[in-house]
Amino acid sequence: MWDYAPDRHCDPVIELTELTKRYGEKTAVDHLTVTVRAGTVTGFLGPNGSGKSTTLRMILGLNAPTSGTVTIDGKRFADRPRGLRHVGALLDAQDIHGGRSAVAHLKSLAVSNRIPPRRVGEVLEEVGLAEAGRKRIGGFSLGMKQRLGIAAALLGDPPVLLFDEPLNGLDPEGVRWVRETFQRLAKEGRTVFVSSHLMSEMENTAERLVVIGRGRLIADESLREFARRGSRTTVLVHTPEADALSVLLAAEGAEVEPAGDGGLSVAGLPAARIGELAWRDNIMLAELATQNASLEKAFMELTADAVEYAAGEAR
Amino acid sequence: MSSMITTDSQSPVHTRVPTEHKPRFQDLCRMELIKVASLRSTWLVLIVAALATVFINLNGVHSDLQYLDRDLAHPFKARPDGQEMHFVYDPLFRSLSRISVQLMMLGSAAIGALTMFGEFSTGQIRTTFAAVPRRDGVVAAKVVVLCAITTVLGLIVSLISFLGGQAMLASRHVGLPITDHDAQIAIAAYTLVVPVCALVGMLFGAVIRNATASIVSVVAFLFLVPAFFGGDKYHWVVRLRHLFPGDAEETLTFWHGPDRDPGKWPAGHTHAWLVYAGWAVLSIAAALFVVKKRDA
Repeated sequence: MWDYAPDRHCDPVIELTELTKRYGEKTAVDHLTVTVRAGTVTGFLGPNGSGKSTTLRMILGLNAPTSGTVTIDGKRFADRPRGLRHVGALLDAQDIHGGRSAVAHLKSLAVSNRIPPRRVGEVLEEVGLAEAGRKRIGGFSLGMKQRLGIAAALLGDPPVLLFDEPLNGLDPEGVRWVRETFQRLAKEGRTVFVSSHLMSEMENTAERLVVIGRGRLIADESLREFARRGSRTTVLVHTPEADALSVLLAAEGAEVEPAGDGGLSVAGLPAARIGELAWRDNIMLAELATQNASLEKAFMELTADAVEYAAGEAR
Repeated sequence: MSSMITTDSQSPVHTRVPTEHKPRFQDLCRMELIKVASLRSTWLVLIVAALATVFINLNGVHSDLQYLDRDLAHPFKARPDGQEMHFVYDPLFRSLSRISVQLMMLGSAAIGALTMFGEFSTGQIRTTFAAVPRRDGVVAAKVVVLCAITTVLGLIVSLISFLGGQAMLASRHVGLPITDHDAQIAIAAYTLVVPVCALVGMLFGAVIRNATASIVSVVAFLFLVPAFFGGDKYHWVVRLRHLFPGDAEETLTFWHGPDRDPGKWPAGHTHAWLVYAGWAVLSIAAALFVVKKRDA
C-alpha cells in the first residue's frame, strides 16, 4: 500500500553528492550519492558501523565531509543561522545534558530560534511527556529520552525530519506511536529520513529504502522493489524419504539444501511441481510450504559482505 | 516549503510556528542563560566560591585587628641587624587576599570549562548545533553570558571584601577610601581576573572536551605551572611568571605604600592589564577556532 509512485512529483529535498568521509585510513562513508524526497518516509538501513550516523551528522553539518557535498533544500545546513524551522533532528537520544529538566532543555532550544515558548508545552503534550516536563532528564528512561528527542525535532514544525535509530529503547506502544507519527508527518508533505539497522523496524514504517554497507550505497528504491531483490522463493519440504526426494529434485534442476530439523529447502521449483514429482515417485510429503522472501532476508543477503563486525560462525 | 504542510487538521493543539524571523544574537544569549540557570551545579560552585572568598577576606582583616593596635602603638622596631623597621599596615593584603581570589579563579575556571565540556562530553552540543548551525554565534553567546555572570559575581565579591575590610580598619585610620587610586585598580583587577579565568577554563573545556581532564589541566595551568617559575635568580624566569593571569592579579593588587618592596623585576600595570586582555582574547579566539574546525 505504500508503494512509491514515481509520477507523484516530489522535489528532491536532501541531496547527497559523492559524499565521502574518511577517518585516517578508514573510509566511513564512500562516495554516497542519494536523493531523499518529500512526502515519504525514507528508511536508511545498514548494518552496525556502516556509516549511517556519520552520514546523518554530515547532513546536519556536524561532521565535515572529506569530499562531496550535501544540501537540504539546495543549501548547506551549516550555512543557515538557525536550524529548527528547517530541519528537526534526533541523532541520539542521549545527546542531552542530564542535569536539566525537559522543559528547560526545550525552552533553551526554542528561544534560540525565536519559537514561541508555548510550543514547548505543545510538543511535550504531543509526545506524551507533559507530566515529566519538570523532572531532570538524567532520570528518564531511554524510551522517554527518545520521546523528548522527537519533541525537540518537532519544536520548529520543520519540513525535514531526521531520525537516527529512533525506535531503540521504545516499548511496543512507543514503536507503534513513532510509526504513526512518522507516517503522519510524511503525509503532511514533510521529508522523513529514518535510520535503522533492523529491517523489521522499517518494514511497517518506510516506503522507500536507502541501504548502505561499509559506507557505500547498496540500494535506493521503494520497499516493494527492494523485497523483490531478495533471495528466490524457496519451498520447505518435510518428508521421511529426504534422500530420495533430494536426488529426484536435483535431477529436475532444483537446488536442494537441508533446512534443519530434517526438512529440505528447495529453490528453483514451485511447490506444485515438487508435489507432482513426489507423488509420481510415491514419496510421502509431510509438509510442503512456500517460503516468501522476507525483507529481512533480502537485507541480510544484500549486506552480507558489507557487515563490518560480523560474529563468528555459529557452532 | 511551509505551504505544503497542513498540520492544523492533524493535531488539535498546534501553534503555527511563524516562518523564519531575523536571527538575533540576543536569542542565543538567552539560550545560554537558560542553560546555565537550569544547572544547579553551576550556581552551587559560583556561590560557594563567592561566599568562601568573602569570608576569608573579612575574617583575615578581622584577625589582623587584634595585632594591629599593638603594632600601631609601637611602629618602630629594631631588627637583629641593628636597623630600625617602621611598621606599615598593608590595607589591601588581607582585604583582597591572594588565597581567596584563587578560590574565585578556580570556581570560574571550572564553570568556564563546564560550559564547553558539559556540552561536548554529553553530546548536547550536537543538539545545540542542529538548532543553531552557526557555531561562532553559539561560542560568542557563551562568552557573553559567561563573562557577564563571572564579572558581576567578581565585582560583588571584590566590593564586599574591600568595603567590609576597610570599614573594620576605619577606626584605626589605616584603611583606604574607595577613591584611592591603588584601591580602584586592585578592585578592578580582583574583579576581572574572574572572567579571565572563566575564559581560560572555557578554552580548556573546548579543546579537551572531557570533564575531569579539562578541570585538572586548567587547575594545573593556573596554579601549578606558575610555581615552576618562582624565585628571582633569572630574569627570563620572572618574565615568564609575569605572563600568568594569577601573577598579573598580584601585580595589580599591590599596594604602593611607604617602604613597600615589589620584588626584583616587577611587572608594570600596563603589562599586567595586557596579560589579562591577552588571555581573554587568546582563549576566545582559540575556542572559536577549535569549535568551528572540529567535528561535533
